[in-house]
Amino acid sequence: MRTGIVTEPLPAEVEEEIKSVGTKLEDVIRRRFSRSLTIRQVDAGSCNGCELEIHAINNPIYNCERFGIHFTASPRFADMLLVTGPVTRNMEIALRRTYISTPPPKLVVAVGDCGCNGGIFGESYASLGGIDKVIPVDVYIPGCPPTPVALLHGILKAVGNK
Amino acid sequence: MSVLVDALTPLLGPDVRYDVSQYPSSITSCIMLRGKFVEAAKAMKKVHALLVAEWAADETLFGRGFGIYACYRWGSEYLIIKTEAPLEEPIFPTLTEKFLPAYRFERQMKSLMGVIPVGHPDSRPWIKFEDWPEDAWPLRKSFNASKTMPRVAGEYKFVRAEGEGVYEIPVGPVHAGIIEPGHFRFQAVGEDILNLEERLGYVHKGIEKRFESLSWQEGSRLAGRVSGDTTVAHSLAYCMALESMTGCKVPERAQWLRALFLERERIANHLGDIGAVCNDAAFAFILYQMSRLKEIMLRTNYKLFGHRFMMDRIIPGGVSVDIDPDGKELILSELKKLLKEFNRLVAIYDENSSLEDRVRDTGILIPEKARELCVVGIVARGSGLNLDCRTQNPFPPYDRIGVNVPVLIYGDVNARVYVRIKEVRESIRIIREILETLPGGRISADCGIPAPDTSGFSAIEGWRGEIVYWLQSGPNGEINRCMVRDPSSVNWLGLEQAVLGNIVPDFPLCNKSFNQSYSGHDL
Ligand code: SF4
Repeated sequence: MRTGIVTEPLPAEVEEEIKSVGTKLEDVIRRRFSRSLTIRQVDAGSCNGCELEIHAINNPIYNCERFGIHFTASPRFADMLLVTGPVTRNMEIALRRTYISTPPPKLVVAVGDCGCNGGIFGESYASLGGIDKVIPVDVYIPGCPPTPVALLHGILKAVGNK
Repeated sequence: MSVLVDALTPLLGPDVRYDVSQYPSSITSCIMLRGKFVEAAKAMKKVHALLVAEWAADETLFGRGFGIYACYRWGSEYLIIKTEAPLEEPIFPTLTEKFLPAYRFERQMKSLMGVIPVGHPDSRPWIKFEDWPEDAWPLRKSFNASKTMPRVAGEYKFVRAEGEGVYEIPVGPVHAGIIEPGHFRFQAVGEDILNLEERLGYVHKGIEKRFESLSWQEGSRLAGRVSGDTTVAHSLAYCMALESMTGCKVPERAQWLRALFLERERIANHLGDIGAVCNDAAFAFILYQMSRLKEIMLRTNYKLFGHRFMMDRIIPGGVSVDIDPDGKELILSELKKLLKEFNRLVAIYDENSSLEDRVRDTGILIPEKARELCVVGIVARGSGLNLDCRTQNPFPPYDRIGVNVPVLIYGDVNARVYVRIKEVRESIRIIREILETLPGGRISADCGIPAPDTSGFSAIEGWRGEIVYWLQSGPNGEINRCMVRDPSSVNWLGLEQAVLGNIVPDFPLCNKSFNQSYSGHDL
């Protein structure tokens, strides 16, 4: 049998970055979400750059699951919507419906410069601009795209807020 | 050798002109009457050319009507054929009978520019949703892009299948994973897929229109956000089309660095894709291992070039960031480790029989179909087509270094995975050569602004495949039109064909092995 790399220490600079935000996340999620924060990611029109970094927080280096963060396939089990965008006109209705299907506390985190205000795509016939043009937003994470650590900080801010 | 130009010769006459405002000059461009547009397509088909793209430009600012363009390719030769349609009579003959990909190109032209392909078999809009006003043609100059459009009532009619036991599965636009939105409509009997119809356009952000309000400099930033996972290749394609118009000579060192970024982007995405395919066959181990390797590369990108995906590192005239000897050393030593671990994982992939059972003979796109659909990139190379702009249309350093292009004929999921595996290894070799022979000098030159009423073309091999840009300058030298053709614009058609006869549960696997961009397609 062949195996890959089984386990290894994290690179020092990553360890540093994740430790502080990770410990806090784990603590809040334990206290407020019974150890498990469930997130539904919605791409409301992004260029897919932001998705790459959301994938990255799931990779073995950031491994957000160990802090209690879990991505779900349905908004109906989600505590939080992690939304990238600009919201396109063609996704507006789907985003609204996703929001309606999400049970309380309905936390919404807008990801990326586009999610915050439309970014380089701005507002036009096809792009409505930032996520808050369509649904209420709790926390904004700027960046193009925001780094994995910035994403974790944004999620922390959102769960610490309510 | 100019197969395409020769094939066109019998059509030439006093009514056919060469367009000398098209750059680079290595690309032939002919203007002909609408009546000859289809004849030219027939001539192209006869010599087995591929249809690269078809698009329209609003040329009313020049006192003309609409320019209708078709671009063909044979080997390393590209040929553009243009015809014109007046504003009062915006019609042109369809090319769908000769070239299948015209099917979507023309629906898009009709939806967004309001030029009508006469004889097209499908009158439904594309990208434009049924709730847009019918006369909203955003790519026309008369369209006010900053105004929001009202929603109107309408229905999109999907293809239906009928018969005993036939049922329909609608999927999306919001999918189960962390992926882009799109809609898939399956007609199935039991587990077998009878038909798949894609419906895309959900992430249409008005990118092509947006270009027209930007400066040439800003344009490269927007190009870098057409499809975020391909930021390097898109901004490169944009810049090369622009540089061909301004006559900018990009310094050699900058060209080599561009190739370095392009190959790093290729490796990172291929690693992610190989992992994701295995994950969809329930072999998560490889996903985590591959994403770990990918993450290491991204971190190094950040350290050396200031951005994990190298966004905005390619600029008109060159690149915005250099590399020093320490940086070279870091990349070389990292790649050495990466290759070793990668090969170990490939061995695991090869030896796992349950994985093999899933990826072999699944989602086959046969070479004949691939050719008919004019697919490009990894999809084409997994189905027997030897297409790669790095060898067929090379810019330095590819003309010096050369590229071994892997071509497999099986057309199944495994073939598309294997093309990626071989390309990762080849890109590592290319990067080593680049770093060993990287010439000195400046990393950028002044790009300049194009003269009015000229156009520029480029074709670049991004990690998904051939990316094409066509730029046109307006009467005051501004951006009049920017046509973007991501590989996804053609390859999505391939997925619809590849899944036929497969079982529904294998769809995610087939889809991942294509991994086309929604944003790059929807624009
Ligand atoms: S913020 Fe940047 S990476 Fe994210 S969707 Fe917008 S352009 Fe893409």
